[in-house]
Amino acid sequence: MSITEKTSVSFTLNGTHHTITVNPLRRFSDILREDLGLTGTKVGCDAGDCGACTIQVDGKQRYACLTAAAQLKGCNVRTVEGLSSNGNLSTLQLAFLDEGAAQCGICTPGMLMAAQSLLDQTPNPSEPQVLDALGGVLCRCTGYTKIVQAVLKAGQSSFSQTITEIENPSSEINRQKSVGTRMLKVDGYKKITGEEIFGADNAPENSLWLRAVRSPHARATFTHADPETVLKKFPGLVRVLTADDVPGNNGFGIYPHIKDQPVLAKNHVRFRGEAVLALVGDRESVESVTEDDLGLKWEVLEAVRGWKGALSGKLEPVQSEVPDNVLARGFLKKNDVEMAFSESDIVVEGKWTTSAVEHGYIEPEAGYARKVGQRLEIFVCTQTPYMDRDEVAQVMGLEPKQIRIIPSAVGGGFGGKLDLSLQPLVAIAAWILERPVRCIYTRPESLASTTKRHPVSMSAKAGCNRDGKLTAFEYHGDFNTGAYASWGPTVADRVPIHCSGPYLVPSVLAKTRALLTNESPSGAFRGFGVPQGSIASEALMDDLAEKTEIDPLEFRIRNALRKGDRTATSQLLENSVGQVECLEALQSHWQIWRKEAGVFNQNSTHKKRGVGCGSVWYGCGNTSLSNPSTMQVGINADGKITLYNGAMDIGQGANTIMIQICADALGLPATQFEYVMGDTDLTADAGKTSASRQAFVSGKAAQLAGENLRAKIILLAEAAENATLCLEQTDSSSGGKLIVADKTGSQEIILADILPLANGDVLTGEGTFDPPTTPLDENGQGSPYATYGFGAHIAEVEVDTLLGTTKVLRLAAAHDVGKAINPTQLEGQIQGGIAQGLGMALMEEYIQGVSENLHDYLMPTVGDMPEIKVILIEDQEPLGPFGAKGIGEHALIPTAPAILGAIKQATGVSINHLPVTPDRLYTALREAENK
Amino acid sequence: MLQYFRPDNLEAALLALSETDWTLLAGGTDFYPARVGKPITENVLDLTALEELRSIRKSEEGYTIGALTSWTDIIAAELPPAFAGLKKAAKTIGGIQTQNAGTLCGNICNASPAADAVPNLLALEATVQLKSSLATRSLSLEKFILGNRKTARKADELVSGIFIPRPGENAVGNFEKLGTRSYLVISIVMVGVVAELNVRDEILQLKVAVGACSPVAQRLKLLEEECKGQKINDIEIQSRHLEQLEPIDDVRASAAYRISVIPELLGRAIKGIIQP
Repeated sequence: MSITEKTSVSFTLNGTHHTITVNPLRRFSDILREDLGLTGTKVGCDAGDCGACTIQVDGKQRYACLTAAAQLKGCNVRTVEGLSSNGNLSTLQLAFLDEGAAQCGICTPGMLMAAQSLLDQTPNPSEPQVLDALGGVLCRCTGYTKIVQAVLKAGQSSFSQTITEIENPSSEINRQKSVGTRMLKVDGYKKITGEEIFGADNAPENSLWLRAVRSPHARATFTHADPETVLKKFPGLVRVLTADDVPGNNGFGIYPHIKDQPVLAKNHVRFRGEAVLALVGDRESVESVTEDDLGLKWEVLEAVRGWKGALSGKLEPVQSEVPDNVLARGFLKKNDVEMAFSESDIVVEGKWTTSAVEHGYIEPEAGYARKVGQRLEIFVCTQTPYMDRDEVAQVMGLEPKQIRIIPSAVGGGFGGKLDLSLQPLVAIAAWILERPVRCIYTRPESLASTTKRHPVSMSAKAGCNRDGKLTAFEYHGDFNTGAYASWGPTVADRVPIHCSGPYLVPSVLAKTRALLTNESPSGAFRGFGVPQGSIASEALMDDLAEKTEIDPLEFRIRNALRKGDRTATSQLLENSVGQVECLEALQSHWQIWRKEAGVFNQNSTHKKRGVGCGSVWYGCGNTSLSNPSTMQVGINADGKITLYNGAMDIGQGANTIMIQICADALGLPATQFEYVMGDTDLTADAGKTSASRQAFVSGKAAQLAGENLRAKIILLAEAAENATLCLEQTDSSSGGKLIVADKTGSQEIILADILPLANGDVLTGEGTFDPPTTPLDENGQGSPYATYGFGAHIAEVEVDTLLGTTKVLRLAAAHDVGKAINPTQLEGQIQGGIAQGLGMALMEEYIQGVSENLHDYLMPTVGDMPEIKVILIEDQEPLGPFGAKGIGEHALIPTAPAILGAIKQATGVSINHLPVTPDRLYTALREAENK
Repeated sequence: MLQYFRPDNLEAALLALSETDWTLLAGGTDFYPARVGKPITENVLDLTALEELRSIRKSEEGYTIGALTSWTDIIAAELPPAFAGLKKAAKTIGGIQTQNAGTLCGNICNASPAADAVPNLLALEATVQLKSSLATRSLSLEKFILGNRKTARKADELVSGIFIPRPGENAVGNFEKLGTRSYLVISIVMVGVVAELNVRDEILQLKVAVGACSPVAQRLKLLEEECKGQKINDIEIQSRHLEQLEPIDDVRASAAYRISVIPELLGRAIKGIIQP
């Protein structure tokens, strides 16, 4: 192993002179993070594709990951840590905080530095200037809208006058109810200063590094050299882990009965990117060892690819336990569709296919493990600490209580951080070696080895009467679930329930299959297959509207589910069914946009505009399964009040709304709360952050916890139910007081007088909520979810018919959220969902071995986003916290159907394969002309 | 031990090149992406301290763009209208971060088929200046780029800059790039044009090149010839003009699509000269 000689480099960093002696070619991002401890600068790709590492060099924005350390000699460098001075946030940072421009926060430092470079030159920029300045930084959460608004706001002189208000929320605000307000994100400050600690930002001093060696082949058998011989050659290597080193079960998976994915493959790999060995040692050594050094020999086998490959039976099955490659089936039957179709006036049908889609969180998987006594502590970015705990335990052959998961801040998840990634690898290494072991995935590794959105091949058929009332819907979907189960069975279950859309359909038949192939495991991605299914159902709604000569939006209103209707599973909808309101809220935009598009098209030769719509409904929580959440709240002797929140915040803002909800239930100001997030030793199990369940399920648990604590306080003070509470907090120990007042007078509770629990809390509350559902029968009939979120999007596009390119010009989104706990966060989540839906519609396509980087795998940039209008509808859900229900997945689902509908209206062409890249649209346009 | 050297004068750089093999590093925008998760296993000669190469010099004969001139430098420079296409290309490269670091010469030395500088420089009839400790030579850009990621640079040579002959008085440039998103996008097809027109918008001279449709971007000389004397809005692109192109299917688009849209993109680039 040969390394470059070290050099001494001097530069100014955030106003301070530094001289460092380093390998001159190390990326400056790495120097900042590993040598100088400035982890505010993030690394998302190491290739100049994502912009998370953006810093200022002599006032200009630069990618720190493309800058050699030695090139900064004599330069003036500024990082996110240099934006605030003496603890005072800069105007730009305050604008980000105020607008809610940071969600997960992983892109935020890069965004801030890119924006600051603009503002240094152009204090009051125009929107196009802002777009150009931010064009080199990707964000996957926000849809960019609030970021652009924040930069524009920072440029306005009027903004600086309002700054004091943001910094010191007035006592007036403190006293108000918190639910329904635009409370600032409780972790907002950390996100905009670079102080937030993500998976790669922290590890014990003496940590060893781990790198997984992965298969370059989709299907192969392999052998490798004896690890001992490799260790002899590389003194910096401490261990080469093989499948034989897995102490417990060398298999993991979401389902209790399917642990099919090995931590380290033994002799046989089933997809490109599968881990076969893990190298542990000093960083340079683990990075330097090559496949040849390891004596890896592959015998490449023909891979099972695609839906047809899975079903052809020509090759050995992907997993011998599943001889026909059909991992799971979903089925739903409501009444007799065949008869219903025969009696329908109009029947339309179609076939569609979609591509694999990558989650594209900007934070690659990262974390560390260490052995503490006979326990393992794992610090990692995850959406599901408790599931991680149990999975690692069975892989380690340990009891779950021997595993502690300490979640880092999560730099985006979207379903991709629900499966294990590095957790078992670092766990095994740390356990065997009795030293802390850290691991950071590279971007290509993250792309190759983690799950994707299922590609689907589907056909669907819909019928209606002459008056436009739906009669029947039939759906068949084959989902390519890749090499291992992951969430494949969930997708097979969820899609039949939702595939007929938020419409009243008397007869429904749906069949799905999850097929094993030698491709990337497909897992959970914002919607569990429903976004794909909606492409079919919404296209058919447009076709029926056309045949019946009814306006497409009006057609959807006529058929929308209403209170008292029964769903495809025959579930009676009694409450909170805001679909009609959502559609009606879009009507005026719809009419104006369609009219304007028509006028534009009359005067345009090759650019054509169209407006389309899509609807969504989505059940909040797990399908017909118990999925409880428990939240705890406690007050200690100082009057410190803590929400013990196991509902992982992955950027969407769960940590903020849980406090809002709990605070209002308890009757204390949200601003007095502190919180603990997700640590399995400190919080109860709130279930996973997925399935649009946290606001609804954990939110309800937070409400119950607050009410529980309130009841105890009222009892203690012997006060009236409607008493007001006032918490006096002190910095010094044991001076906290609770003042409980009702119309008979006020009572003081001296908190130090109460015997504390082990964690120091003197008063505690707990709440548990498990949404009521019923099992589905053999025909998929029952009540799979306690509540559903509803919504609709309309999109206007402009198609360049001579090049096949599509630009989404504007989009309006109406969502029934039950109750908007925090409108700013809801808007942000919706805007972000739209960005992902837009990407899925127009550009995102993951191809193994080809798009394993973020310049070949394209996600929307700031310049691809339309102007977005968000409309929040509140049809309250009695079961939810203050009436609220979920939004996570609903936000994405209607976007692609609306865009496809708009393309069809603009051009007359229906596209049946996603994404609609320029070449595909061009081909379809020419085919249509030649017909 | 591997070597790293960051000379502050050209002489020292050339001497180093005469002594051993080096990988050359400037803006790093191609160097680092090719080494994600991999150790650096080569000697690296870092050119970024060669201040003498960070310049755009004007002379009677033309313009010399030094090897370290960044995309941002090109955007900011006062250059005649013939360079409008090059400037437009500079603004479409990556994000501003890449434009601040990446160099024009690095783009041609990296010799990607999708290098955005190349069609424009071909239309500007650029020549590449190469220096070694023993000699200085000049090669036309066509002769310099030999193929996908292949150039005529010898191991002991450095590209010190590119020379662009003084364009005609009325020459105007333009550039069209087709990609799947707004920023951070690699071209599916691109077209660089430099044209001189008379007052009746008839073409006196046209130079046009297409990128990302062959291993190296190519001038369309037949089209250039046939356009002479035609009114700019009357130009019709025929398939015979494009026979030399051989696009491939890749992750960005199909070959068939590329070949189909070239005429439209060419038309827009050429007509855009009078109707920006």
